[in-house]
Amino acid sequence: MSVELEDWSAARIAAAVNAGRLKAEEVAAEAFARIRRTDSKVKAFLSLMEEEALACARGVDARVASGRPAGRLAGVPVAVKDNILVEGQPATCGSKILEGFKAPYDAAVVERLRAEGAVIVGKTNLDEFAMGSSTEHSAFFPTRNPWDLERVPGGSSGGSAAAVAARMVPLALGSDTGGSIRQPAAFCGVAGLKPTYGRVSRYGLVAFASSLDQIGPLGLTVEDCALALSVIAGHDPKDSTCSKRPMELDLDFLEEGVRGMKIGLPKEYFIEGLAPEVEKGVQAAIKVFEKLGMQIQDVSLPHTSYGVATYYVIAPSEASANLARFDGVRYGFSTNRRGAPAAATRDLLEDYLKSRGGGFGSEVKRRIMLGTHALSSGYYEAYYGKAQRVRTLLVREFEEVFKQVDAILTPTAPTPAFRLGEKEGDPLQMYLGDVFTIPCNMAGHCGISLPCPGEGLPVGAQLMGKPFCERELLKIARNYEKEAPWKPRKPAMA
Amino acid sequence: MALSEKEIEHVAILARLEISAAEKTRFGKELGQILDYVEKIKGLDTSRVDPTASVLGDEDVFREDAVRLFPGAAALLDNAPDKEGPFFKVKKVVE
Repeated sequence: MSVELEDWSAARIAAAVNAGRLKAEEVAAEAFARIRRTDSKVKAFLSLMEEEALACARGVDARVASGRPAGRLAGVPVAVKDNILVEGQPATCGSKILEGFKAPYDAAVVERLRAEGAVIVGKTNLDEFAMGSSTEHSAFFPTRNPWDLERVPGGSSGGSAAAVAARMVPLALGSDTGGSIRQPAAFCGVAGLKPTYGRVSRYGLVAFASSLDQIGPLGLTVEDCALALSVIAGHDPKDSTCSKRPMELDLDFLEEGVRGMKIGLPKEYFIEGLAPEVEKGVQAAIKVFEKLGMQIQDVSLPHTSYGVATYYVIAPSEASANLARFDGVRYGFSTNRRGAPAAATRDLLEDYLKSRGGGFGSEVKRRIMLGTHALSSGYYEAYYGKAQRVRTLLVREFEEVFKQVDAILTPTAPTPAFRLGEKEGDPLQMYLGDVFTIPCNMAGHCGISLPCPGEGLPVGAQLMGKPFCERELLKIARNYEKEAPWKPRKPAMA
Repeated sequence: MALSEKEIEHVAILARLEISAAEKTRFGKELGQILDYVEKIKGLDTSRVDPTASVLGDEDVFREDAVRLFPGAAALLDNAPDKEGPFFKVKKVVE
């Protein structure tokens, strides 16, 4: 195997393919060989598209052979979370209710990846409709953590994080509504970026909570995440919330120094109940930033403890409205399917009730019910109205802190990966695990989870940056990556 | 406090979800626990803040109200559980 493949970095693969030192088809074949070797244990993928991927890779090779530019992700195998549309492929969202559905078009991010020569290899597992923190809520099967197969990979982008950690693909896309990219990245020991709300088009992402959802990359390195962001970011007229602010495409800024820049440590994130190995990992990360000549200072985000409660009003409310489209009429699981016994249901209402009742899993039903209750007559102002006001308090306190510092450093999650089944039957306990990642979605700014130096199960440090300041955030993260006394660690099974 | 069976039935109908007897009990208890936890936001003084409408702070977005052809219409209809011609088909809704 070539040096470039051993490295398995998106930036290096693309450079080698563009230079003609490596064939995209060879890289794609290698990705599928790796998937065949490890995915029977990890179960990161819900579906694969080997034939299409190899054909796409040959197209990239043909472009290189004819001297045309093959793109900044030429030949890079990419896994896509199964709530993002890839034309002609399933998009189950980890749910039975999208059984048999074939995506009629490419999501904007997928279109942009393809335009830069990326090779989509398959769709990754997730908690049903991205609702969960463990990937155990997939209607199909749970994904396992490559570091310890008895543990969860985190969620909801658990399949994407596990596929990258197990070295099946160098890069994957996830979506993040309350931590669904950053928390699995932390649990699996990879980097995961949630861009600023509005930085990346959501066209073709199945909506969960529209004011919080954002697509982002997971990779082995910050450099690869930055490269992926530079490809997928930017205005899209098909998503009215997608910002027109320009995104600089060159990545030279990543190598600039960060001496004198300020990092804030919010005391509300270093609380009792933090697992000792998380505390230790984040402290080791802080040492790296100090070594880089950055100034570390204490800051305060006093409303942090209200984040989870606010989120569990706003996100389910938006979900209850968004998921109304799964009605058994236009796609997926339905009691109204042609050829079903005519007497099975009496009327349209019964088709709605039975199609949705039979198609959605428990966690999704629980959140739809919660959101419907919060939005229902007599409760709206007390729950949704109040939560949106509290959200304003959260937005404002981040604005204040970002006047004092360039970035905020926290643990990504209070614990390392937990065991499968450990939090089953206690939804509230599962929700509380999102305490450190939720505020970033509520306030809309960007955040990245970086692997902490250390042994044993991976631990993540979350670095949050100002809205639309991904350049500064990634520059700090890249400096950390180069300075950290560790290379991306590899699970024994990969 | 757990939501009563009657409250859960009301919400389930609003949400167009058929749920089993076991789910009624379970959701009643679980939603109650989550709502008890959510109660903590009610103690915060928010009298001087507006509800968040957009975290971006960007201006309103307008576009021309013009018809554009969507090339994937046939693929959309192919996903339909039941259809007739270019239409989704449902049970009769008017007498």
